[in-house]
Formats: sequence, structure tokens, C-alpha cells
Amino acid sequence: MNGFAIFILVIGLGLVAWVSARVKAARFVAAGGTRPHSLPTYHGVYVAMWTILPAMIFLIVWSLVVPGLVTQSVVADPLAATLPHEPLERLAMLAEARALAEGSLAAAFNPLAAQLAPLYERAQNHYDMAGLALALILAFAGGAYAYSRLKPDFRARTRVERVTMIALLVASLIAIVTTIGIVASLLFESLRFFAMVSPIDFLFGLKWSPQDTLVAGEDNGFGMVPLFWGTIFIGAIIAMIVAIPLGLMSAIYLTQYARPAVRRWMKPILEVLAGVPTVVYGYFAALTVAPAIRDAAVAIGISSASTESALAAGVVMGVMIIPFVSSMADDSIAAVPASMRDGSLAMGATQSETIRKVLLPAALPGVVGGVLLAVSRAIGETMIVVMAAGLAANLTANPFASVTTVTTQIVQMLTGDQEFDSPKTLAAFALGLVLFVVTLLLNIVALRVVKKYREAYD
Amino acid sequence: MTDRALYAPAPSAGIERQPTDWTSAAMQRRIRRRYGAERRFKLLGLLAILASVAVLLFLLATMIGNGARGFTQTEIRLPVNAASIGNAAPAALQKITNDAAIAAFGDDGEKLISEGAWLAVRNAAAERRAGDIWVPASVDIDLAAKSDASAAAEAAYARMQAAGNVRTSFNTTFLTGSDATDPSLVGIWGAVKGSLLTMLVTLLLAFPIGVCSAIYLEEYAPRNRWTDLIEVSINNLAAVPSIIFGLLGLAVFLNFLGMPRSAPLVGGLTLALMTMPVIVIAGRNAIKAVPPSIRDAALGIGASRVQVVFHHVLPLALPGIMTGTIIGMSRALGETAPALMIGMRAFIAAPPGGVDDPATLLPVQIFLWSDEVSRGFVEKTSAAIIVLLVVLLAMNALAIYLRNKFERSW
Repeated sequence: MNGFAIFILVIGLGLVAWVSARVKAARFVAAGGTRPHSLPTYHGVYVAMWTILPAMIFLIVWSLVVPGLVTQSVVADPLAATLPHEPLERLAMLAEARALAEGSLAAAFNPLAAQLAPLYERAQNHYDMAGLALALILAFAGGAYAYSRLKPDFRARTRVERVTMIALLVASLIAIVTTIGIVASLLFESLRFFAMVSPIDFLFGLKWSPQDTLVAGEDNGFGMVPLFWGTIFIGAIIAMIVAIPLGLMSAIYLTQYARPAVRRWMKPILEVLAGVPTVVYGYFAALTVAPAIRDAAVAIGISSASTESALAAGVVMGVMIIPFVSSMADDSIAAVPASMRDGSLAMGATQSETIRKVLLPAALPGVVGGVLLAVSRAIGETMIVVMAAGLAANLTANPFASVTTVTTQIVQMLTGDQEFDSPKTLAAFALGLVLFVVTLLLNIVALRVVKKYREAYD
Repeated sequence: MTDRALYAPAPSAGIERQPTDWTSAAMQRRIRRRYGAERRFKLLGLLAILASVAVLLFLLATMIGNGARGFTQTEIRLPVNAASIGNAAPAALQKITNDAAIAAFGDDGEKLISEGAWLAVRNAAAERRAGDIWVPASVDIDLAAKSDASAAAEAAYARMQAAGNVRTSFNTTFLTGSDATDPSLVGIWGAVKGSLLTMLVTLLLAFPIGVCSAIYLEEYAPRNRWTDLIEVSINNLAAVPSIIFGLLGLAVFLNFLGMPRSAPLVGGLTLALMTMPVIVIAGRNAIKAVPPSIRDAALGIGASRVQVVFHHVLPLALPGIMTGTIIGMSRALGETAPALMIGMRAFIAAPPGGVDDPATLLPVQIFLWSDEVSRGFVEKTSAAIIVLLVVLLAMNALAIYLRNKFERSW
């Protein structure tokens, strides 16, 4: 019996418990006497909780311990004495036997694994049955205990609500757990990397050509400055040169000039740009934009133009960011008090003068915050640069040359066939850590700027 | 004349200031200049928005132009008497098919039909169909029919077309098949199924956790350091680049917990962590929008605090939460980078059977096909993009519909 079936079974038992407890509680009302404290439903839920929760917790714990127990019982068998002693081979043999027993492997490579497979199957069945029996006993015991406590003056609702509150609290803690998980996994792998390559070399080295085997005392090509430059060049310079004017002017036109009907139609169309998956932008950049830019560059006499130019990736990324900049600018212009705008118009300024000399300066902190958020999004963007930017780590300011970015290199290093412990894979985590820290700082600064500005007018 | 001179009192005026003479030539010129600047500024705004929309339309047009052909398939009439074949082994069927092609179209007839042509022959044989069989054409012939190909392929195509041996039909393989090495045999069903399973896992995890989290933070959480920490984490998670979630999935789910690589389960878990903050933020805004009078009224007639939320606030906030969830899910559906990190970029030629089978996602499939050298993949990539965009557009339209239908102002 597999885990899913047991899950359904326990839920079914919970339903039965719910119905029977409800019936019992409904009888309190019919019998008269003291007025019950809780509605029958709460009694039902209380008993169902006692039926389901202990059994579920047990099953989760059980599913974590069982693989170990099964392996132990297989190894204890006399047949297993012939297993190789070399730890790696031993593990591989056991894994093969397990795969055979589970049916995910059709035929064995090693005869020994074929012999061990039935043992595995038997042990697995044994522990599965034991787990099922224990879970059922727990479900019945919990249910019976809770059922026996039902009385007219039993405070079922209070208890159910307490569990509900705990569940809500646990759910909201998952955000913290995730954050800790991200930081811990990045830090842990990065520390292993920094044990091999010095952080100074990594952060300030000018050459990126990572080697599989490290040679002590020599430059191993783990200097991330070219990657960082490429990321800034594409995400914070080229993309922003496209996105800031277009996004800002779109927002100004939509909020200040466009008729409501135009605004109602144009705004969602603009938002579609943000909804297009990045892989589509990447394909668009690689298939259409990059060759066009290369041809244009060759036509004007730049023969060294690359088909993986920084310009192509940056322009397409800028297009992707337009709605983001536009909606941030929209918000911060809308937050400028109407009195300032009306005052300027009343003094005889034209609309564009009002916008340029009154609204924009007043909205500037909000716009700057929005741009910083846009930059943080652009430098974390992966697919466009993976598909359209190159892999060559050049330290160049020529937009027609190929540069590479942090995210491109992370993808590059983690999708090869390297061992997980190789310096290259670990370097990907170190790059991830840098990316995480930079985007985090950008976000914090941006939110500070926006918040400070809001307080000034409220 | 400078601006200052315009406003300066006329020398003869003494104490009295002269009203500005708006009809003077200098003033008129000035006004014209200012109005000109106004018109130029407005035009710039219009151009900016038109440029953005033009890029979007150009992108869509490129994809549709390239991709529409991906839904069709050139077929070749092959004279085989399928009824007489019966149950043959694949190798024998392949030989029969190739021999028939050589007999019909000359020595390189074998190269005109697709590598998977024998599948059509097998189907015909199973149905004991008599007469000629339409089999899929090879990539070169397909390209020759649709756009341009090598001179040899063009000539072969023209010859067959003159003889009435080719036709274009709807490519059902594209909707029902999986990944393959031959572009004429690829399909998106495997990737779509992988995406569906992944989204199912994501929804089952992210929706309940996100809603519970939003309820707690908005309705019950005491204002203290812990609550602030939770809020800061959620806001930060919403801004963390998606590739970082992929690194988390790789380090924690695959390497630490030993979950299966490339599985929708792992993909779903990773994307759920990414989607959850979106749902929490949308959920909190929806809950915040429910007026306090509803809570006060419910409390006033004796509901407990949990009852207030679950019986009154949550049902009223649900449309807003649903809208946020759909938007979060549509973002997760288009996400590629985290899936690459957890190994969902393998070549997988069969649709996944369950959440722990190796699978690929639709955006990842697009990425993989975009990397293929064979020209036949260009139209398939674009066609897959069309499918993805249609699904995303439908999801967003649903979100907008829900918002408009159930949005309530208090």
C-alpha cells in the first residue's frame, strides 16, 4: 500500500470521526439539559483533528526513518556479507537493489543486487505493514480519546480555534524558514568554495575562466569582476537607458494626457509586456533582435559586432522592465498632492511645464526607488541573458561586444555534468550569494527612499 | 528680448505696473514657443507608449509568423498496402516504409519521409486500411513546403507537388507527442503535462500556506519584532531573483533531502516557495480591503475571533485572493530558471506518469528547442511559445474577469 492510499485512508477515518462526533453532539441539544458550549460541528472537527493529526505526524516521521531501517535489516542478512566494503560501491549496490525492488529498474547490472532485491522488498513490506498498523492504532486511539471527552459543557470550539491559530502561525513562519533556507544554503556552499578560492581573488579578480582543478598559488580564473561588470552593463545601464525614458514617458502620458478610455485600454496592454515569460523574451532577443543589431552594426562599419551582443540582451531586458518602471512612476506621480499641480496650472504654467518642474521633482524619490527596484529585477533576470548574451567574460564597454552575466554563469556551471563538490559548482553558489546580497541591498535602499518620500506628504 | 525685460515695469509707468501686453509680438512668440514645447512633450509621451506597444505587437507577430507553421505538417502519399502487413516488428515496419519510399520516389526517397513515418504505417496496418498512406515528410521537405530549404529539397518537393503526392495537414503529433530528436516528431504534451503536475503541487502548497499566512499577519499577529521579521522576509522573498530559488531547491530539496531530480514534485515545491509571497501580499491587501464594520458587527453578535475571520472576512476577501493567486500562478508557469537549476532540462521523451517522474516544463521545453541546431525547431519553438502565451493570457483574463465581477466598493 503506498503513501497516498494511506493518506486517503486516514482522511476517510477523520471524516467518519467527524460525522459520528457531530451526531453525538447533536444529541446533547436534543436531550435538553445544559446548553452545550460549542456547536456540534466543533465537536466533530475536534474529534476529527485527534484522529488525523497524530496519525499524520507519525506517518511523516515514519517515512523519514523507514529507509534507514530497511537498509539496516537488509545489511543484517547473511547474504549481505558479500557486499563490497568500499563505501561508494556498497552504496551503489544497495541503491541498485532498492531500485529493483521498487520496480524503477527493469533489470540488474550486478547479480548480487538481483539477490538483494527480494530482501529489500520483504523488509520494505514488513515495515510498511507495521507503519500502517501503527498509524491506524494511533488514529483510532486519538479518535476514541477525543470522542470520550465530548460532553455538553466541553469547550470544543476553544480547542479547535487554538489549533487553527497554531496552524496560521506555522504557515506564516514558513516565510522565515524559506529565507533562512536560502541564506543558509548559499552561505554553506559559498564557505566551502571560499575554503578553496580566496574571497579576495573571487571578488576582485579580473579574469573569469574557471578551471576544474585548482592550482594553489596561481590565478584559477575565479575573478568575478567581469561578470559583475557584464551584469551591470546589461541590466543597469543598457536596459535602463531603454526602460527609464519609455516607462517614465508612458506613465506621464497615461496619467496626465490620455483620455480615460485610452488609459483603460493602454494600461493593461502595457502590463502584458510584464506578463510575457522571460524565456519568450530570450528567444525573441536571440532569434530576431540580436541578428538585426549585428547586421546594423556591420552596416555602419563595426565589423567586430557579435551576434551575442550586450546591446541585444540589454534592449530586450529594457522592454521587459518598461511596465515595471511605468507603474512605479505612475504611483509616485499620483501620490503628489493635487494642490501642487493645481497651483502650478493656476499660475499659468502649461501642462508639460507643470509635469517637468513640479510633478517630477516632487515624485523623484519615488521614481528613483522604482528605478532601483527595476535594476534589482534586471540584474537577477536569467533567461534573457542566458539565451541572448554570450559566455565570454569580457571586461568591455563596447555594447556590440559579447559580455556575460552572473546569472548566465550560474546556469552554465550548474547544468553541466560536474560533480557537486567541484569548485565550479560551488562557485555558482558563491555567485548566487553575491546576487542575493546585491538585490537585497538594492531593495532595502529602494524601499527606504520610497518610504521617506511618502512620509513627506502624508 | 529676455524674459526679465517682459515683466519689468515700463520706464514711464512710475509706481503703477503695466499689465502684460499679451498681443505684443514678443509675447506671442513666447507663447508659441511654450505651446510648441507642450505639443512636443505630449508627442514624446505618445511615442513612448506607442513604441512599447509596437515592440509587444512585433514580438507577438514574430512568434505567430514563425509559429503558425509549427501547427501544420507536410505529408507525403506513400503507396503501401498496409492491409497486408499485419503485426510486424518496428524494424521490419521501418524497412517496409523505407523500401516503399525508395520504390516510389527514387533512391533518396528514404530521406523524403520522416524518421517516424513508420508509425503512420503501423497505425494503418493495425486498422487494416487499404490504399495509399499519408506519412509525415522529413524536415527538409517540410521546410521546403513552408519556406525555403536546400535546392535539392526544393526540387524534390516541386516534383512531388506536381505529381500530387504532398499535402499539408494539421499536426496532431505536436499536441499529443513529447520531445524527440527529429523536429517532425516533437510534441508539447509531455511538457504540458509536466507543467500541469508542477502547477498542481505549487497550488496545493502555496495557496493554503499563503492564505493562512495572510490571515495571521493581517488579523491576529501582535505588533512585535517577530511579526516585523516575518513581514520583512515575505517582502524580501517577493523580490529575490527566481534563480536563487532554484539554487535553494538544488541545495535543499535535491542534495540535502535527496528528492528525485527533474521531478514535478521538486519543481512544484521550489515554485511554491516563490509564489507564496505573491499570494500573501495579494491576500493581505484583499483582507485589508474588508471594512472593519463587518468584523465589528460579527464580534458584536458574539462570534469568536476565528469565526469572524473564517465566516465573514475570508469569504469577502476571497475574490481578491483568487486574483492574486492566479497572477502568482501565471508567473510561476512562465518561470524557467529555477527549473533549470533542479535538473528539469534533461531530454525526456515520454510524458511523466506522476509527480516523482522525470519531467520537463513548457518554458524549459521552449528553451531546449531554442538551443537546437536543426532549422525545423524554429517553428516548433515559436508554436510552443504561442501555446504558452495563450494559456498565460487566458489565466490573466480570468483574473481580470474575477476582479471585475466580484470587486466591491464599500
